[in-house]
Amino acid sequence: MAQKRRIGVYVCHCGGNISDYVNVEEVADAVRNDPNVVVSRTHMFTCSDAAQQEMIDEIKEKQLDGLVIASCSPKLHMFTFRGMSERANLNQYQYIHVNLREQCSWVHTNDKVGATKKGIHLLRAGIAKCELTVPLNAIRIETKPRVLVVGAGVSGMRAAISLADMGLAVFLIEREAEAGGWALQTGKMGPEAQDGTDVVAKLLTRINQHENIMLHTSAEVVSKSGSIGDFNVSVRLPGDETVSLNVGAIVVTTGFEPYTPQTDEYGWGAPGVIPLKDFRQMLAEADGPLMHNGKPVRDVAFIYCVGSRQLKSESCPEPNSYCSRYCCLATTYTATLLHDLEQKTGQPVNQYHLYRDVRTYGALEPIYEKARTGGAIFLRWDPSNPPQVTTEGDQLTVKAKDHLLGGEELEIGADLVVLATGMRPRENDTLNDILKIPESKDGFYNEIHLKLRPVETMIDGVFIAGTAQGPKTLAESVASSLAAVAKTGGLLMKGYVDLEPLIAKVDTDKCIWCGECLKACPYGAIEKVNVGEKEIAFVIESMCKGAGPCVPVCPHNAIEIEGFRDDQITAMIDASIKELETK
Amino acid sequence: MNKESDPKILVFSTNSISDPGIDLAGGAHMHYSTAVQVVPLPCSSGVKPAWIVHAIEQGFDGVFVAGCGGDCAFLSDCTPRTSAVIKKAQDMMKEKGINPKRLKMSGICSVCADNFVAHMNNFQNELKKLDANENG
Ligand SMILES: Cc1cc2nc3c(=O)[nH]c(=O)nc-3n(C[C@H](O)[C@H](O)[C@H](O)COP(=O)(O)OP(=O)(O)OC[C@H]3O[C@@H](n4cnc5c(N)ncnc54)[C@H](O)[C@@H]3O)c2cc1C
Ligand code: SF4
Ligand code: SF4
Ligand code: SF4
Repeated sequence: MAQKRRIGVYVCHCGGNISDYVNVEEVADAVRNDPNVVVSRTHMFTCSDAAQQEMIDEIKEKQLDGLVIASCSPKLHMFTFRGMSERANLNQYQYIHVNLREQCSWVHTNDKVGATKKGIHLLRAGIAKCELTVPLNAIRIETKPRVLVVGAGVSGMRAAISLADMGLAVFLIEREAEAGGWALQTGKMGPEAQDGTDVVAKLLTRINQHENIMLHTSAEVVSKSGSIGDFNVSVRLPGDETVSLNVGAIVVTTGFEPYTPQTDEYGWGAPGVIPLKDFRQMLAEADGPLMHNGKPVRDVAFIYCVGSRQLKSESCPEPNSYCSRYCCLATTYTATLLHDLEQKTGQPVNQYHLYRDVRTYGALEPIYEKARTGGAIFLRWDPSNPPQVTTEGDQLTVKAKDHLLGGEELEIGADLVVLATGMRPRENDTLNDILKIPESKDGFYNEIHLKLRPVETMIDGVFIAGTAQGPKTLAESVASSLAAVAKTGGLLMKGYVDLEPLIAKVDTDKCIWCGECLKACPYGAIEKVNVGEKEIAFVIESMCKGAGPCVPVCPHNAIEIEGFRDDQITAMIDASIKELETK
Repeated sequence: MNKESDPKILVFSTNSISDPGIDLAGGAHMHYSTAVQVVPLPCSSGVKPAWIVHAIEQGFDGVFVAGCGGDCAFLSDCTPRTSAVIKKAQDMMKEKGINPKRLKMSGICSVCADNFVAHMNNFQNELKKLDANENG
């Protein structure tokens, strides 16, 4: 280490959460005379306002140029102390956080001597890293007050309207000739008893009247460049015309694909075995008793969980193991629609609902209640014994073992077998190539964190909402759209965004442009540039995520991640293992 | 409980996925040896084989790479990439006469507390056996 540093070290008691199991005074003492440490002390609660003020005063007074705090997990307070550093005029990237609670005191409550020794090692590693920090500045990007929304289903339409209401310009693009998505084909929807087509028509009116929204149908994204705050997107319009759009953020609401059963799966392929969507359409179009094959429909069997919650087997090597969430609501609601039709026409219809679990959660339970009290029969099957559908002439038979009757075999004759098919991720290869949003194990677009950051993706400035992110009911789709609106608005209304500077950097002397890092980078953040005679790799700051897959592949040790540099990690390793001087 | 004889393990964990899992072991007051020490990184695919070799040369008995597994928020193919790093590190270890069994990798997800503790205990037992064989 070349340069002399002025580092402040603070070790936290956390009440007793740390100090009951780690001798914090001994830890602070151990490093006090280290060459670059100017001050080392303990605090009862480092995160308290009073302690922060004391540290700020000391940082200023002693003109510290590095700070190490050994306290709780960085997940809790790293940003607290970074903010505090800035208030003390200390560059926030010269602050290093040491995890002395979750990864030391709390896991070693049975060994105070060992935990104290380990604490000193952890602290020394933090100091070693801090000694090698350099001041860094966040990367500030100006944001454009415009948004691209891809996919005009209910989710995309709803997002477009609320974004436009904030005063942002919105380009809403839809691949099909008509906006609306699946809601155009769902008939009357529960629990609000609204027609999908009416929902779409109302949204469309608002969109057409809104001066801030430009809707393009039969349009598709063909390329994208730029990054958060300032994307350039090319969109192909009908007639092969291409427009270039400059936007600050992208909201992806490309929806789902209904599951298509395999041939013979629950009788799929036989006449009279239909998906829920077709049955809803029949109900929507019926102006008298329900008819099938020229005869009135008397018996209908509904099979739930088709293509959802699948178990792995030979015939299903890649199961959709998730629950599709909407189908229990949609199918029990369909039961009530059928009851309404019976009342209207006086034509009785027997309904058999073959379910695994009825997941009409939350406020949807009354729909299930209404379906049962209206006379629909609910039979529970076990996944080890799924219902079998057979045909003879135009008579369909469903054989099922009723789980609740102790596995009693039942045979149900049916005119129609309706399959409550689940949701699948939509095929979208072109768009996926362009946007590179990571996908989850289930194949839907992946959020950063299901609970904490549910509409953000690893691609800064690209948000996801609705069923593109995972199966949802209509209300849940809209709720997630509005969450994406809030996040997008929060980003664009401020006018700028600050990005973490802990990203890749290339050593221009060592790099000889072999292109390995470019191949390893999943975000397209590496470019070849010429510096004088030489070709070298260049990192596009706003696109690099700082994950570092480029680091180990470089044959010349020429690329590293700031904050996790070679010299820093090596110094941390050395400090972690160095024998402690015994007093 | 740490004894002087506990094999020393350096863990490379990842900020967003495996570190929360390791933190959770603390939150749940589970126990593992104090000879286990964690260095967090952004993503396990960015571990340099040279760091692994360096750690062993400096005196760690084993290195454990706690990968994001399938949950990596950066890369969908994080696991194969990390495996390639491990492979390269093991080759380097062999060249230097270090038993490649001193390096282990496993996906540790953000709720994998039990899993992590079990890995640490097992790895320490394996390292003890290795030491016994290499010294005798
Ligand atoms: C039969 C059935 C019955 C249902 N019943 C109910 C019910 O009773 N109650 C309830 O709450 N929910 C119900 N649902 C669920 C509800 O329909 C969905 O939650 C909702 O429609 C999802 O809307 P979305 O905008 O997320 O997706 P989608 O409707 O799939 O819309 C996505 C849009 O994006 C477009 N798109 C896709 N890729 C691209 C691209 N690359 N470029 C441009 N555009 C693209 C598509 O063309 C589509 O228009 C039902 C669903 C079905 C199938
Ligand atoms: S900084 Fe963390 S460890 Fe210290 S008192 Fe606050 S919560 Fe506890
Ligand atoms: S919502 Fe109901 S029918 Fe749909 S997958 Fe979940 S449990 Fe099965
Ligand atoms: S892998 Fe290394 S040497 Fe090759 S181009 Fe990238 S930084 Fe330069």
